[in-house]
Amino acid sequence: MADERHLAPPPIRRSMVVGVLDSIIRAISRGRRQLRGQTVLKVGAFIVFSFVAMTVIANLFPMLNGYHPTLYRDAPRLEGPTQDHWMGTDQLQRDVFSRILNGGKASLIVAFSAVALSMTVGSILGWISGFTGGWLDRVLSLTMDAIYSFPSMILAIVLVAMFGAGISPMIWAVGFVYIPTYFRVTRAEVLQVRESAYIEAIRAVGASNTRIVLRHVAPNTVNAIMAVSSFNLADAILTVAALSFLGFGLPPPAPDWGFDIQNGQKYLQSGAWWLITFPGLMIITLSLGFGLIGEGISDLVNPKRKRKRV
Amino acid sequence: MGGVGRYAIQRLLLTIPMVFILLTVVFLLLRVMPGDPVSAMLGGRNVSAEVLESYRERLGFNRPIHVQYVSYLSGVVRGQFGDSLRTGKPVLHELFIRFPATIELGVCGLVVSVLFGFLSGIFAAIYPDRPIDHTIRIFHIASFAMPLFWLGLMFQVFFAVRLGWLPVAGRLGGRLAFTFDSVTGFYLLDAIIRGDWRSLSDVAQHLVLPSITLGIALTGLQGRISRASMLEVLDADYITTARAKGLHERIVIFGHALRNALIPIVTVFGLQFAVLMGGAVLTETVFSWPGIASYLVRSIEARDYPAIQGSVVFIAVFISAINLIVDVFYSVIDPRVRY
Repeated sequence: MADERHLAPPPIRRSMVVGVLDSIIRAISRGRRQLRGQTVLKVGAFIVFSFVAMTVIANLFPMLNGYHPTLYRDAPRLEGPTQDHWMGTDQLQRDVFSRILNGGKASLIVAFSAVALSMTVGSILGWISGFTGGWLDRVLSLTMDAIYSFPSMILAIVLVAMFGAGISPMIWAVGFVYIPTYFRVTRAEVLQVRESAYIEAIRAVGASNTRIVLRHVAPNTVNAIMAVSSFNLADAILTVAALSFLGFGLPPPAPDWGFDIQNGQKYLQSGAWWLITFPGLMIITLSLGFGLIGEGISDLVNPKRKRKRV
Repeated sequence: MGGVGRYAIQRLLLTIPMVFILLTVVFLLLRVMPGDPVSAMLGGRNVSAEVLESYRERLGFNRPIHVQYVSYLSGVVRGQFGDSLRTGKPVLHELFIRFPATIELGVCGLVVSVLFGFLSGIFAAIYPDRPIDHTIRIFHIASFAMPLFWLGLMFQVFFAVRLGWLPVAGRLGGRLAFTFDSVTGFYLLDAIIRGDWRSLSDVAQHLVLPSITLGIALTGLQGRISRASMLEVLDADYITTARAKGLHERIVIFGHALRNALIPIVTVFGLQFAVLMGGAVLTETVFSWPGIASYLVRSIEARDYPAIQGSVVFIAVFISAINLIVDVFYSVIDPRVRY
């Protein structure tokens, strides 16, 4: 182990986990330097940050715009946008705007948790599979490819139907569906890194497999994981919205964009466009925010791509 | 046997474990699922325990899981997916009845996505970093972020309810829905074969909104890949050569660049079909389209196990078949690929 110190890039000894964290922090600080001119990334980050802030504040103070999203029932029934009710009212005489402000809770919680879940499981499986190779790699790859090739939306619906409706079933279902995405990305990166000379050198001085993976292989996959996860969040927002739309989300009185669209569908023939338009715009904007962050990060971590753009 | 033929057989053999894995995952998860299919089938009313038990016995739900699994597997291998708990008819038969509707919608959606996505991507690549390029890229990113069901509903509000130009939902309107006699299951094809122009226009009108909705789902993906691929090709040396020897720009783009740009686009075709099927679930639900995706959603609501399993296996086999065809086709159009 003493000899290895000369080969490992930073000479200071740290624990393996700190090594991984350190590389993430370094990637972020490297990113901060390059942030100049990254309008796309900034716009995306601004959108996501304001949505998170809005949801947190609205859930702390439900009466934010003067109307409670579930308890207030004195508005005129099914009325379009007016001075008092900016986004109209629904069939239960509630204020649509107050429900919009509160309706992002499930989407955000499920999207972040599900992506964290699939990122953890998928990356770890990808590291192990790519690094060890052999029959384990074959079996895992085949399984992951099978899940990946299947339409993720259908799989998520089937899974959530099995687990039952609500926030945590949605987290498990959506998280499960995205595992192959991370598995494929990390495995591909590991396969590239595995054969490189420096890994061979570290192995030659007798570093353990666990140490090689955590300290030297995993940090090389962080960039790829970061870019993928932003796009993944954008997709997760849409999947969660679709699940809520199909009735697998929060139980009815709770405000939720996807479910409110399903509710608005019933009054579509009578021309109540405001019931579906506004929740939909919220979903698009949030998903777009994550998508823009993904675009920005891809430009940052993949300089070749950026050069091509210019 | 040639390289392509051997490759096709190898790919075919690899498809079997894939379908098998999906089948096993779904089977196991369905058995863990809370809720009793038998009482759901009997309407959830207060049925006596003996009646429940007799139904369970008849449908085989009282046997141990591994016995159910083996008997289910052997059924699938023989092409028997069991009977639907809801309707009592064979699942495979019900799926085959609905399959043409999904295919018809899917193909039309694909055409729309090629028109919007592929063409706009190529166009953007020809004028890189001009305003038109940025506009198209924003359009692609926006189509990525678009919830399909919402888009479908907005189309319904605007084009069907407000303007009244197109029908709101379904495959056929008015009296035709009862009188139209389909031979192939593909209504467009039926109407064309019979030369029944009135039906054809009705079928086509019903297809417009769902196809555009579904097509938009793929536009972003296809547009981005087309743009990236075309940019890459336009950067190549042989394009510079072609331009240097004085060829007309139109010939350079359509004769030299476009063909080579097509290769990566074809590669992701299999993936696009998966996205298409996923989008079909929402599109079919919103537009009351009688396809296999909406059948699956209804089966889930009714806890119709044989129907859910059957639909998943059916979709898995279908997707695998598409992937197989795409991979083999890929090796044919790109002679550099050796297996």
